[in-house]
Amino acid sequence: MYLFRWTRGKGRGISADTLGESLFQWLSTIVALGVVGVLALIAIVLFFEAEASIGAFGWSFLGGTVWNPQPPLLFGALPFVYGTLVTSALALVFGVPISVGIAIFLSELAPPWIRIPLTYVVELLAAVPSVVYGLWGIFVLAPVMRTSIEPFIQGIFGFLPIFQGTPIGLDKLSAGVILAIMIIPTISSVSREAFLAVPDSQREAALSLGATRWETTRMAVLRYARAGLFGAIILGLGRAVGETMAVTMTIGNKNVISVSLFDQGQTIASWIANNFTEAETPLELSAFIELGLVLMLMSLIINIFARLMVARVLRRGEGAA
Amino acid sequence: MKFPFDRDTRRRWIDLAMSGAAFVCVVIAIIPLGSILIEASVRGLRSLSPAVLTATTGQGGIGNAIQGTLILILLSALVSLPVGILTGIYLSEFGKNRLGAAVRFFVEVMTQVPSMVVGIFVYSLVLELGLIGLGSPRLVFSTISGVLALSTIMVPFVARTSEEALRLVSIAVRESALALGIPRHRTILRVVVPSASSALVTGGLLGIARVAGETAPLLVTAFGNNDWFRGLDQPIESLPHTIYIWATGPYVAQNQAAWGVSLVLVLMMLGLSIASRVVIRLRSVSR
Amino acid sequence: MATPSEDAELLKRRSGGRSRILIVVAVIAVAVVLISVGVLAGWFSQQPTTILGAGATFPYPLIAKWASVYNSSGANVRVNYQGIGSGGGITQITAKTVDFAASDAPLKASERAAAPGLLHIPETIGSVTAAYNVLDTNGQAIPSGLNLTGAVLADIYLGKITTWNHANISALNPTVSLPGRAIQVVHRSDSSGTTFVWTSYLHLSSSRWNSTLVGKSISWPVGLAGKGNTGVAGVVLQTPDSIGYVELAYTVQNSMKVAKIQNPAGKWILPTLASTAAAAASAPTLPSPSGDWFNVTILNAAGDTSYPISTFTYLLVFKELNTIGPSMTQVKAKALVDFLWWCIHDGQSYSGDLAYPTLPALVVTLDEGAVRSITYNGVALHS
Repeated sequence: MYLFRWTRGKGRGISADTLGESLFQWLSTIVALGVVGVLALIAIVLFFEAEASIGAFGWSFLGGTVWNPQPPLLFGALPFVYGTLVTSALALVFGVPISVGIAIFLSELAPPWIRIPLTYVVELLAAVPSVVYGLWGIFVLAPVMRTSIEPFIQGIFGFLPIFQGTPIGLDKLSAGVILAIMIIPTISSVSREAFLAVPDSQREAALSLGATRWETTRMAVLRYARAGLFGAIILGLGRAVGETMAVTMTIGNKNVISVSLFDQGQTIASWIANNFTEAETPLELSAFIELGLVLMLMSLIINIFARLMVARVLRRGEGAA
Repeated sequence: MKFPFDRDTRRRWIDLAMSGAAFVCVVIAIIPLGSILIEASVRGLRSLSPAVLTATTGQGGIGNAIQGTLILILLSALVSLPVGILTGIYLSEFGKNRLGAAVRFFVEVMTQVPSMVVGIFVYSLVLELGLIGLGSPRLVFSTISGVLALSTIMVPFVARTSEEALRLVSIAVRESALALGIPRHRTILRVVVPSASSALVTGGLLGIARVAGETAPLLVTAFGNNDWFRGLDQPIESLPHTIYIWATGPYVAQNQAAWGVSLVLVLMMLGLSIASRVVIRLRSVSR
Repeated sequence: MATPSEDAELLKRRSGGRSRILIVVAVIAVAVVLISVGVLAGWFSQQPTTILGAGATFPYPLIAKWASVYNSSGANVRVNYQGIGSGGGITQITAKTVDFAASDAPLKASERAAAPGLLHIPETIGSVTAAYNVLDTNGQAIPSGLNLTGAVLADIYLGKITTWNHANISALNPTVSLPGRAIQVVHRSDSSGTTFVWTSYLHLSSSRWNSTLVGKSISWPVGLAGKGNTGVAGVVLQTPDSIGYVELAYTVQNSMKVAKIQNPAGKWILPTLASTAAAAASAPTLPSPSGDWFNVTILNAAGDTSYPISTFTYLLVFKELNTIGPSMTQVKAKALVDFLWWCIHDGQSYSGDLAYPTLPALVVTLDEGAVRSITYNGVALHS
């Protein structure tokens, strides 16, 4: 393996090099452990601050629908968890088909000369700050949704409870659409990697049996890369759950659980962004932090799950012939 | 034209349709990007002027926001780049064991902590430290607080890109250096790191670009200021925060001006991104 | 994996790699120098004293104007005021993370207990308007002056009146062709003194608006939310068929349409500088600045020309400034007291342009007493 130059042990004392070696290794190890320590600190501080709220409400915090800062102080997370889940689900419904389409196009269909510029353009979507998406959402997307798209949907599907109510433009649907746009780069890039990990032998086998390009993609690539695709989707979900600014600016900021997508809502992140500095009592502050903890745990679980899926497909790709 | 009852023709049509659908997906994704760039350019340029760029937000300009963002990201870089790169060095050079795997896992987890949660973490930490005497509770709304929050977001990101960058340096390079008798730490510092320098720099610049656009954690740490930077213990303004305030206000002129601020921010981030690619290009040119 | 010749290149380029890093370091250094120049330019003169305040968006246009004028007045002081809502201001002054707070809602007993020693210093008066954005049946924007009563507004905000052409509204406005579309109600999403004033008024006007619905932050039956007065104004301006409660200054600055509200004298009054001043002139006897202000109200003020939804708005300052802690120095305390003195005297000349009435003489006298009583380490700061 690696060669070491020891000058110790022959009576010549420890050289500066050996000291430097251990010092450097120790230094980088300590720094790395320190970084992990910060993560632990985050968990510790958040739990410490949330203790008051956890003690006061217990599990009923997750099911509570009221956020009342006046006595009797009562705080519940359900409207925010609901809003987070609905907007993230919408983001997946719109984002996943488009992302997979992009990944298929870039990995299977696109001529080589267009691949790199197009990949770069899709990556640019990830470079736009969340607050700029929010700005675009308020002044470009919301009016279009309010005047054209939502009435159109209501005209056809208005009998469904999810499309009832007056379209305002700033509602769960718009927030979901913007989230979808924001997670497209994540899902499409990880999916593309999963597709590239599919060995050509699979594609060739399908083609030799007379399959068309689409059939090849469907039978060989998509099926083979199933786990990686699933991992990519879960990664996108993880990103959607934590997104703050674009959602705050487009969701309408109303702490209510309602069925219709044309109604306003509130996510955990957007509620904290709006009202954290205005917590009136220590218990309310603690409740906000407990909410943050809930969000962090949601995001953590989703992301760990995703990484396991992605690791599985990459390992499988390496092992295949 | 005969209706394609024939199974093969139908398969060919489906193939064509699916290819078209995939292409349409790409187009759909590009539309919002194009729209944002067009709006920012058209509406943004109209509201920008040298006066706007040098006045403070209290006077209707964005000079202090630009200054604030620069100070925040540079101070965060000062803190995060060494820490992140050292962590990346640990992971790639010394992290092949179980401990390294655990560290790698937790660093990965840290990149996924929602930025709003990082903000309330720093707020709580600074407040509690202030209450027990380290610093003061007043520091919750300050430049220091903002830098702490941005660094917490940037460090794991830089650690991950640094590890990837260092991994790319081939084992042969390391082994040749060691075979020449160069001790391990010198190998890393003088051979491996410089070889990976362009990728490290790229990772650092991308990390900086990323935190330049962060707003959520700054809402509860940097807080906002209508004046120029007045000290590390004072609140500080930033471009994303200005965009948020101006976009959600009722003044139509300010709403339009928010596009101008977005343009400035996006150009700044684009500049960093281009700089990182220039560094890569410089490297391959000398090849 | 790299070929041996590429590895040789890498080893050779070892020094080349270092010059890349040097370039980046140089760029960062140049940027740091540029920023420092901007900072140091301010530091060649004496470092100014900074005062941080936070709270209501209700008086924000006026306080921001005061800060802007005072900052450039040569007093070497920088006042930084952030409008995060009355609730936020109270929270932050209680936590002593700011030097002063502003709130339209006076402190409740529990809030006074949490932050003993806070003075109420009314710095201006304002009105809460009912601002709307609706087109009549001919597609014309309905102008200012729609007649509404507190009872009708309560029903709108309860969700009992849902369309613009409801009988109760059209009965008050026979000459206006109101559309049959749904009313989009807008309220505050943050903890707001403006909400406190609005809900207190609705409670006074309608038996259906009960006392659980009065406060800085309540459980709204219906409506969209906006953050701060600016947020609500923004939502009203951007949402057709909407109505929201917005402080007068914002409606004036944005040329919003506001309703005429019926006052106790039976007159329909438009919220203006004059009608707000009339309401303030009829203020009841006010408590001492260190006392309990919770029952102070000028809602439904007497007088033919008084606008019924007017309110004082208060600066909240600690009587003994060392309560704030080590960040409050003698210099800063003096600067704060001088600023407050300026606000209640010279600052009042800026009120009219922003649609805030000037303080009545009685209130100015009361405020002077308050400012004179502020001490640092027991020593009064204003002579």
